[in-house]
Amino acid sequence: MNSELDGMRFEDALAELEQIVARLETGDLTLEESLDLFERGQLLSDYCNGQLNSATLRVEQLTEHGEIVEIET
Amino acid sequence: MAYSPSRPTENSWTVSELTRYIQELFNIDYRLQDVRVEGEVSNFTRARSGHLYFTMKDAAAQLRCVMWRSAAERLFLELGEGDAIIARGRVSVYEKQGAYQLYVEQVTPAGRGNLALAFEELKRRLEQEGLFASEAKKDIPRFPRKIGIVTSSDAAALRDILNVLKRRCPLVSVLIAPTLVQGSEAPAQIVRALRWIDGRDDIDVIIMARGGGSIEDLWAFNTEEVARAVFEATHPIICGVGHETDFTIADFVADVRAPTPSAAAEVSVPDGTELRAYLSGLQEQLLVCIDRWITDRYGRVEALERNLRHLGPLMRINNSAQHVDTLLNRLDNAMSRRLERLHGRLDLAQTRLATVGPQATLRRGYAIVRKKDGSIVRHVAQAGAGKLLSVRVSDGEFVVTVVADGHMS
Repeated sequence: MNSELDGMRFEDALAELEQIVARLETGDLTLEESLDLFERGQLLSDYCNGQLNSATLRVEQLTEHGEIVEIET
Repeated sequence: MAYSPSRPTENSWTVSELTRYIQELFNIDYRLQDVRVEGEVSNFTRARSGHLYFTMKDAAAQLRCVMWRSAAERLFLELGEGDAIIARGRVSVYEKQGAYQLYVEQVTPAGRGNLALAFEELKRRLEQEGLFASEAKKDIPRFPRKIGIVTSSDAAALRDILNVLKRRCPLVSVLIAPTLVQGSEAPAQIVRALRWIDGRDDIDVIIMARGGGSIEDLWAFNTEEVARAVFEATHPIICGVGHETDFTIADFVADVRAPTPSAAAEVSVPDGTELRAYLSGLQEQLLVCIDRWITDRYGRVEALERNLRHLGPLMRINNSAQHVDTLLNRLDNAMSRRLERLHGRLDLAQTRLATVGPQATLRRGYAIVRKKDGSIVRHVAQAGAGKLLSVRVSDGEFVVTVVADGHMS
């Protein structure tokens, strides 16, 4: 769905979204620029929501032998 | 000494008499009414009644002890074999067994006084060195990707932390570096775990946690080596050790102190619900902005359109048409008047012409005489005898023959 945002940090996506909203608020953009920003903003917003909704806590632990294993919670 | 045997003649005491005498000796010594004794616990028994019986010993001697249930209930740690303790109470004689005993009111671990002193001294020293300074404290990241946890792997503290993280912000992941959190080996293990997890570059913040306990239980977090390891760490550290009222040295050095392990977890991540609400807000702002943009631009277009209609080409075309009409009108008028003038002149000319034309002359009686070839006769010589000539008078013409040559006058 949002393949171009894959792997993007949640924090970075949110920050970019905030910037886009700030720019759009100034209002002095061409129609094309506004629409481009709007679409990018929607993309980022969906991505962030997806991250929040699909998240399950991943827990790893260092074993005595020095390995890192995933544990169930 | 007011006491004396009841059988003075035999100079012997009964056992009770002697025992009572000895007891009196103990009772009148004020120092024995409230003593503190340091030693090691052995032969510890808890009777079904709840009373505790044990022996305190050191290298050279032993002391029988009893702690009544009422006092025992106030103990905040378990008494166990081999414990080094300081017992406070009263020494007296238990007649029935012919033994002196310490009747224990209070027990504290041996070295507790030392512990408090050590704590204060270390705190003062490290504070002077600047390990507690707020300028040295790092900010914790708003959106950590991975949290490192230094704690005991099988304690409630860890479970509490994981539960809080799961509920609040499952977006993060967690890496646990297990360690002992009490006992003499704890400080070294804690330092090792801390250094290991701090060395990783995939974690953003560290939680150091331990559940509640006595000052002795928490003592590892009051050691200098743990304090320095916390200070030297490159990642921010949230310290959640003990209960709300417990303050360890690690708490002072850490970048953030949380009252409990659960609180540490809460502080480390943002609230997922709040985040979702914030995102919704941003999304709505997006829509509002784009909507406003369109409305604003549309309004401007309308205004321009209105202006255009006033000043635009259509208007100019209409204006021109009117102009043309006017011009045509004027042209018409001009033409008519010229025509009139021309007519006028024509009439005038005609009239004048009529005045100077031959007709008037002819009516006066003159005639125009022409030869056969049409040429006009002006001279006598042209009219020889016998010639045929036409004569034109005012109302027509006739032909004549010349009878005789004319003569000039």
